[in-house]
Amino acid sequence: MKFTWFNLMPWPHLPDDFRKQHRSVWVDIDPKLYDPVKGHAVYNDYLDMLEYADSLGYDGLGVNEHHQNAYGLMPSPNLMAAAISRRALNAAIVVLGNSLSLYNPPIRVAEEFAMLDVISGGRLVAGFPVGTSMDTNYCYGDIPALTRERYQEAHDLVRKAWRATEPFAWNGRYTKLRYVNPWPKPIQSPPPIHIPGGGSVETYDFCLDNVYSYSYLSFSGYIRAKALLQGYWDRLTERNEPDESPYRAGFAQTICVAETDAEAERLYAPHVNYFFNRCLHIAPGFADAPGYRTIKTIKSGALSQFSPNFEEAAHMSWGDLVEGGFIIAGSPDTVRERMEDMIKGLHVGNIFCLIHVGDMPIDKTKYSTRLFAEKVMPKLRNQWAEYDNDHRFWCKPLDQRATPGPVSARNGSEGNGGAQ
Amino acid sequence: MIRLETIHAPKVDVQVLTGGEGPDLLFLHGAGGLLAEDPLLNALAERFRVHAPLLPGYGDSEECHEIRDMLDFTLHTHDVMTALGLVKPMVVGHSMGGMMAAELAAVMPNDVDRLALICPAGLWLDEHPMPDIFAMVPYELPAVLFHDVEAGAAMMTAGADFSDLDFLQRFLVQNARQLGMAGKILFPIPDRGLAERLYRIKAKTLLIWGASDRLTPLPYADAFRQGIAHSELVVIPEAGHMVPLEQTARVVEAIGRLA
Repeated sequence: MKFTWFNLMPWPHLPDDFRKQHRSVWVDIDPKLYDPVKGHAVYNDYLDMLEYADSLGYDGLGVNEHHQNAYGLMPSPNLMAAAISRRALNAAIVVLGNSLSLYNPPIRVAEEFAMLDVISGGRLVAGFPVGTSMDTNYCYGDIPALTRERYQEAHDLVRKAWRATEPFAWNGRYTKLRYVNPWPKPIQSPPPIHIPGGGSVETYDFCLDNVYSYSYLSFSGYIRAKALLQGYWDRLTERNEPDESPYRAGFAQTICVAETDAEAERLYAPHVNYFFNRCLHIAPGFADAPGYRTIKTIKSGALSQFSPNFEEAAHMSWGDLVEGGFIIAGSPDTVRERMEDMIKGLHVGNIFCLIHVGDMPIDKTKYSTRLFAEKVMPKLRNQWAEYDNDHRFWCKPLDQRATPGPVSARNGSEGNGGAQ
Repeated sequence: MIRLETIHAPKVDVQVLTGGEGPDLLFLHGAGGLLAEDPLLNALAERFRVHAPLLPGYGDSEECHEIRDMLDFTLHTHDVMTALGLVKPMVVGHSMGGMMAAELAAVMPNDVDRLALICPAGLWLDEHPMPDIFAMVPYELPAVLFHDVEAGAAMMTAGADFSDLDFLQRFLVQNARQLGMAGKILFPIPDRGLAERLYRIKAKTLLIWGASDRLTPLPYADAFRQGIAHSELVVIPEAGHMVPLEQTARVVEAIGRLA
């Protein structure tokens, strides 16, 4: 099993009446709600949390990309990944990911991912999402009906740039470059690639064709995810793929651990409520720009089948959220049992653990993070022991990695300019 | 009587609503699409031979992924005109179709000598930002499209049953195909450089506007009038952006003055 401690980095200061007074948490969110001075503390807390998770033995530290979004404060996940890579020295750096069609030219992604892989000593797990319609179309102005074509071209360019041993010319429709020759190159050739998807057959096939891991980053929990991930495994069977390694898939799940079920509710319920009630309050007009989804996907019924009803979740009780699988919460034993159901039920080997939730403060987050690492994770470790040798979807760090040197001039011989 | 025909254009088969007798008139529809029952089309067919090609992906017509940018749209329109055997037809366009008609007249100024633009898209004025129809849910549209919002809403939802899942899926598919195509020239801002090309239009041009157009408000009419040399503006009262539906007779009468 691979457990990635994944932080969305929500803005924790949305007002109590946010839902009533504001139309959307995303795209045209009221700019007056952001306070950069508070933001300073927020970012540093969030980076501390990721680094803390590294110290507890999580396999990966996860960041992702959103724009103009108060539940995701990472327009540049690569900056956050770089920031943690010098203090978190063990875990994989899971960037899930860079929305390829938003980088101009897209070799920026080849360059920055290579930098991260080299700085971290080969610890990068790279994600290539198409990006949500909110981010890609509404915030970044990409034309919806052309987004996928642009994405595909960018993907092919990045992969070729990593593979090439000579500079080459790229005469694409969206990118024209006379000399493609990114420096540096990644240590891993290529880094393992994960693709966040939302249930389209095209994305299932894209992952299977390229040996990428398919990630479902949902907020609606493992029970509702069953149909979507089953679609992926069914597709694999239909295509007669040679293996069913659970590492071909990943899933994001909100997880809250305390000593007892009752303590979990007492400690975390307000923060879970903050997330479902305020963070997922998105104006319906921004859900899906016409042309963003393929006709094939709409016709497959995937949208009605898989699209979660957050309007409903916004007003659910703790008990309903637990019962409905939106969250896995409770004592270590309760959480372990539910996690086993999820891992077996969805047949997944990569778990993106959403342990910081909504406006949860750092002390509670660390508590839940530690209990999961110490009392849950060890018991789930060997769930897929028979696939232990499948290393296709995880990073392969260098054995000998550099560590950060001392920063204080008083501790080293250099830095004092030779003064006596 | 308007009927649906299919013609072969170089890149794709195109469905054309056609009918009537008289001088040739090429009609380019707006982002909402066009039906054979369209009142303006039927009224025009009483005086003109009307040819109204559906943009690929509209109705149940074939999509064309090779049409991506404004030049592709303009050349496609010209290809269709050629395939229909039309020589200097009167060109009429509404909204997105008005933008396409203006582009055609600017890029091929010798092929268009009479042009009627009914509240066309294609310009952007920072002082008068257009509402974003791509970020609206269907029930929000009548308020920006119609002078009489209630009557407009009734027109838009006639025959629609959103509680019927099959209907809903057909609606979603059609919406994605149609507005996905429209988005190639309208999203996120419906400006593909037309302002810099308007000077090339030689056609005698009539600008027809609904007085209470809230999607492309009247300052856009002034901008078009100033940009096109031989242009005249007709503002029709008690009509919004959907002036062809709300004041059909007045629109036909105005177009008649170009003939």
